Amino acid sequence: MNEYFTMIFFTGFLSGLVRIGTPILIVALGELISQRSGVINLGVEGIMLAGSFSGFYICYLCNDPWLGVIAAIITGGVLGFIMALLSVRFRANQIVAGIGIWIFCQGLVGFAFRRAFGIITLPPTVVGMTDLPIPLLSRIPLIGEAFFSQSVLVYFSWVMVPVVYLFLKYTSWGLKLRSVGEDPAVAEAAGVNYMLVRHLAVIFGGAMAGLGGAFLALNVLRFFTDDMIVGLGFMAVAVVFFSRWRPVWVLLGAFIFAAASALQFRLQAMNFPLNYHILLMFPYIATVLVLVLFVRGEEEPGALGTAYEKER
Amino acid sequence: MENEANNRRRSIWAVLWDNDFLFPVVVVLASFVLGALLMLISGVNPLIAYRALFDASFGSSNSISETMVKACPLLLCGLGTIVAFRCKFWNIGAEGQIYAGGIMAALVGALPLHLPGLVHIPLMILAGAVGGALFAFIPTFLKVKLKINEVITTIMFNYIAIHLVGYLVHGPMKGKGFLPMSEKLPPECCLPRLIPATRFHLGIVIALVTAGVVYFLIWKTVLGYRIRTVGENLTAARLGGINPVSVVIWAGLISGGLAGIAGMVEVGGIQTRLVEGFSPGYGYLAVAVGLVGQLKPLGVVLAAILFGALLSGSNAMQSAVGVPFTIIYVIEGFMIMAISARFMKRRLK
Repeated sequence: MNEYFTMIFFTGFLSGLVRIGTPILIVALGELISQRSGVINLGVEGIMLAGSFSGFYICYLCNDPWLGVIAAIITGGVLGFIMALLSVRFRANQIVAGIGIWIFCQGLVGFAFRRAFGIITLPPTVVGMTDLPIPLLSRIPLIGEAFFSQSVLVYFSWVMVPVVYLFLKYTSWGLKLRSVGEDPAVAEAAGVNYMLVRHLAVIFGGAMAGLGGAFLALNVLRFFTDDMIVGLGFMAVAVVFFSRWRPVWVLLGAFIFAAASALQFRLQAMNFPLNYHILLMFPYIATVLVLVLFVRGEEEPGALGTAYEKER
Repeated sequence: MENEANNRRRSIWAVLWDNDFLFPVVVVLASFVLGALLMLISGVNPLIAYRALFDASFGSSNSISETMVKACPLLLCGLGTIVAFRCKFWNIGAEGQIYAGGIMAALVGALPLHLPGLVHIPLMILAGAVGGALFAFIPTFLKVKLKINEVITTIMFNYIAIHLVGYLVHGPMKGKGFLPMSEKLPPECCLPRLIPATRFHLGIVIALVTAGVVYFLIWKTVLGYRIRTVGENLTAARLGGINPVSVVIWAGLISGGLAGIAGMVEVGGIQTRLVEGFSPGYGYLAVAVGLVGQLKPLGVVLAAILFGALLSGSNAMQSAVGVPFTIIYVIEGFMIMAISARFMKRRLK
């Protein structure tokens, strides 16, 4: 076994960890805000895909990854708005609405992708984003390259962790958001615009999911196929359950979940003597195991998953 | 005057909204209009495209039987979906449960039992049901005991099942040939074709009979009553002495078992062997089938035929006018979203 844990393995593993962990982290932070307001958005799997396609396609057309990132955020925000409309305005069942959004996005992206590129044998590629090494820090042996020689979006995702934490804990809007998620009736009685808060929270979650998808397309893969998300969005939702709705734990969870994927890719690349199909199962088994070991439903926001109807 | 007109207009919407038959019909029509708009945007005449779709799904006896071949697993999984959804157990794992059932059926079918088909095929159906039920059991158990969200776990299990089939047909179960698939099942273990020169097989009849059985289960049995009560009013169910844990576990097992039978039907009736990726997303389409069918067995039969037609016609539509087949997922997603807005808000009858 020793030979597999060489230095090369380790740095490769760490950068793989960051590459897979970052999109999960970005999406999970958005989902955290959404769930703290009381809305489970399972559509993030589809919104990620839509974000990665719009980001990829705009970058492909304009040759500017940042325009792609903006397009992905807008796409995600619009889809988040549809989810908010369904689950908050029309008080739809959140699980069913989320599944609808997910499948709708799968279909729409598949449609647009095939219309845009036709029948192709190799997926289209883009140059994508360039890395921005942080001086000095990126020279740290072993971890420097993996953690500090990355895209701006990676640093953005780390900054967002304390931002979300401070927002929830110390700002009046954060308090409003939490109160809506705990008990909309009480929040409304205290003068909080329940409808507005939940709409904004779900739109933010959608925009982050779009951004996470764009990161995957423009930073990690630099190509596009319409089956590239393979459950990462659902893993992000699982990360939020794992975190028990605490931002710092989202960071930890995202990297635990990513570790399973990164390990799998690394072992594959090193011709590890275990069947390739068994390795592919690994991240999904790990997700279920992590949920079994760490998640109990008791600490969830009081009104999570429920719609609120004003009494007349 | 104006007020009266307003009232009348609102009442039309109210009628649509309240009617269990009209509402899904309007949703289906609206989603086809949405599909037509998408086609117009991409420069295709939707009338020609829908004509091609219709011809390929209902135009001849062969195309009708192909529609039914596709409708069969959708019907079985859709029935499983409604049993689970009726008690608010959100089983999105039909896709994985199909594969689990298919694996078990292929294993049992390959056993050298030298039994007549009349005995061996029921054994395979049983094996498929057990495979699907076992696969559904873990997420169900985690849901009721540890309150772990079943949507996440059932979807994770879908991916696990797909890779499990990949592992088996590349490795332990690989047949003699070059391709990654298991050995062909002996002829007595394949579901007989009922209409000559088509693929209309016995499984379709089995699925239709199952719809009747599920109707009976939901409406005429104690378990069905309990499932409905747990879904509609958990507090009332508890007060009435129903143990929701065992009800949800039973619903999960039945739901998975039905999807497992769908896997058996695909393996025994169509593929005649275990093949990687033999389900083109039947398990995911089943969610829409159950919802469009308003969680009613008869509705599910109609919805399964609708989606079977979409599946069997979409490839013809793609080759005739170049509309990507993924448009049926746009239509499906839109239907689910539209139905979600009304879903379970009214007392289900």
